[in-house]
Amino acid sequence: MAEPVRIFVPCDAAALSVGADDIAAAIADEAARRGVDVTIVRNGSRGMLWLEPLVEVETPEGRIAYGPVEAGDVASLFDAGFLEGGAHDLAHGPTEDIPYFARQERLTFARCGVIDPLDLNEYEAHGGLAGLRKALEINPPDIVEAVTASGLRGRGGAGFPTGVKWKTAAEQDADQKYICCNADEGDSGTFADRMLMEGDPFSLIEGMVIAGLAVGASEGYIYLRSEYPHAAATLRKAIALWEEAGLSGRCDDGSPRFTLHFRMGAGAYICGEESSMLESLEGKRGQVRAKPPIPAIAGLFGKPTIVNNVLTLAAVPDILSRGADHYKNYGMGRSRGTQAFQLGGDVARGGLVEKAFGVTLRELVEDFGGGTHSGTPVRAVQAGGPLGAYIPVSGFDVEMDYEALAAQGAMLGHGGVVVFNDSVDMAQQARFAMAFCEIESCGKCTPCRIGAVRGKETIDKIMAGDNRAENLAILEDLCDLMTDGSLCAMGGLTPMPVQSAVKHFPEDFSG
Amino acid sequence: MAILIDNTDEAAVRDICARHGDRPDALLEILHSVQGDVGYLPSGVLRIVADALNISRAEIHGVATFYHDFRHDPPADHAIGLCRAEACQAVGSEDLAAHAEKRLDAKTGARAADGKIDLEAVYCLGNCALGPAAMVDGRLYGRMTPEKFDRLVADLEGEA
Ligand SMILES: Cc1cc2nc3c(=O)[nH]c(=O)nc-3n(C[C@H](O)[C@H](O)[C@H](O)COP(=O)(O)O)c2cc1C
Ligand code: SF4
Ligand code: FES
Repeated sequence: MAEPVRIFVPCDAAALSVGADDIAAAIADEAARRGVDVTIVRNGSRGMLWLEPLVEVETPEGRIAYGPVEAGDVASLFDAGFLEGGAHDLAHGPTEDIPYFARQERLTFARCGVIDPLDLNEYEAHGGLAGLRKALEINPPDIVEAVTASGLRGRGGAGFPTGVKWKTAAEQDADQKYICCNADEGDSGTFADRMLMEGDPFSLIEGMVIAGLAVGASEGYIYLRSEYPHAAATLRKAIALWEEAGLSGRCDDGSPRFTLHFRMGAGAYICGEESSMLESLEGKRGQVRAKPPIPAIAGLFGKPTIVNNVLTLAAVPDILSRGADHYKNYGMGRSRGTQAFQLGGDVARGGLVEKAFGVTLRELVEDFGGGTHSGTPVRAVQAGGPLGAYIPVSGFDVEMDYEALAAQGAMLGHGGVVVFNDSVDMAQQARFAMAFCEIESCGKCTPCRIGAVRGKETIDKIMAGDNRAENLAILEDLCDLMTDGSLCAMGGLTPMPVQSAVKHFPEDFSG
Repeated sequence: MAILIDNTDEAAVRDICARHGDRPDALLEILHSVQGDVGYLPSGVLRIVADALNISRAEIHGVATFYHDFRHDPPADHAIGLCRAEACQAVGSEDLAAHAEKRLDAKTGARAADGKIDLEAVYCLGNCALGPAAMVDGRLYGRMTPEKFDRLVADLEGEA
């Protein structure tokens, strides 16, 4: 008897949010009704989110994509012979030939959407564990050296060179060190960490175990935001499977030795800031710590601690298995490797685009994104999360690279690109930036705690037409004060969206 | 569902703390777990946890009030969180929220007139390409519209 056809229906939260579970059930029912034997695999998402639920059928010609599938489409898909890759209105041909996908450079997300996220055998068959094996063959300083040579910089937002951080932690003499994965992903407009944790969680765990070997840490924590219950469930299972398989590094006697803890945040944006996250991991209020000392010297429970973003850690296995040069060959200037850009907001083809640094914002928004979902003209994007700048269409030729964006008064942050159409009121967006800072400020320093409230009030006055010129000057002063005087980037960067909105869209502030 | 704190529940709360080794650094996990069982964090419960972990009541009060997730009053039967962050704003989350407030006859952060549904604002659910996003009793929805919202609410009202 022939093997049952394998059908892939994602279990990624975004796919579920538009009915993927119903589709999986409908396909199983329809197959049973027709007496055909199929195997339904719940994979992660390929990241082409506008096509979700994206159903793939495995054929001799590769995986054929159908989407977005609604429950009412299922019978017609069977009628059209989709089990053999048959033609249908929802068919897109081989998934990997879809231009949006074919034009990407998938390194960190190579397996995401391809495999069953919780199948360790598939993980290994698709290149997983090769990085850990390599790490176990070489000396810890050589692991650090490989990460340094790859040019990898932190993907959480600040872009700090990862190798430098690891070297500092490795050099500390301490009885205990920690690897903490920052999975707080609080930036609006971003979802890459979530997609990876739901679609290929073992790559994150492998990266953490390698980090532990590199710096001599035997314990790790993943700090996940509570808004991600689905990722939490996947991660918990992945950690258990990993431990069961005995893959957690090694002691001198060869036994596993890396212990991984899972912790959930409780709805506080500031807990994505690393020192605030460490406080939270210690069971305290998430208040920012003054630096120095840096966490690599004195972090969790006062011990040397690596804090890295999900994508930073998940990039490491590939860097070790294929070599630092392979990774480094992607990118431009001092931004090496690939970045997971996330297209959201009013965009026709929203999703995840993993691409070498240097792609332009215009390519992302127009070529990948296809303009707005609503069909109205694009007016602006906000890049880099709620603390990132608003960029007008005239600025879209900027190359997406840490330095090039900084030179334009913008930032890359965690790679979010949120598209706004021409109905957006930029004064309202500026007001929201201040309001968000007011809600999420940890309250430790005055420029942020009080500044955000005053900023919001001042923008209200400007919007009401009350002494506009004078209040715009006050706002400018206030922004400078927050930028210079805040203890952390929450208060320090809130002026970025505000000032960029005023600068590029003055007409929205003049009534 | 909210339940009253009596002696049996004290044992249950102490049991949760014990399962976390009575460790102060596990406080968030413990509070999540207690809130999962009780529905919210009554002050009596906080006193028990503080005692079990040997931390001060000021400390535990500080933690319980710092994080947006922790509730100090009994929840309604259902919770709807509408994403109000930028990517969802770009696709009409503010209009959707206004519709929701009207439909439920409640301001965001308050309870529907019939007492069965809490309406909350959330800031990004990681579904920014398929906004407006919403979380209903822990389940994520994308491309929310006023019509879908009304259907959901009708279902919840029917159930409760
Ligand atoms: C207000 C604020 C929020 C932040 N949120 C996150 C976050 O959600 N995830 C993250 O990885 N980094 C976040 N960061 C950056 C972290 O402080 C830190 O730089 C990062 O986790 C370091 O890891 P990396 O070098 O791998 O990027 C935030 C920073 C600030 C100031
Ligand atoms: S800038 Fe804001 S969030 Fe950062 S330490 Fe100061 S008050 Fe806290
Ligand atoms: S901004 Fe609404 S889900 Fe991300």
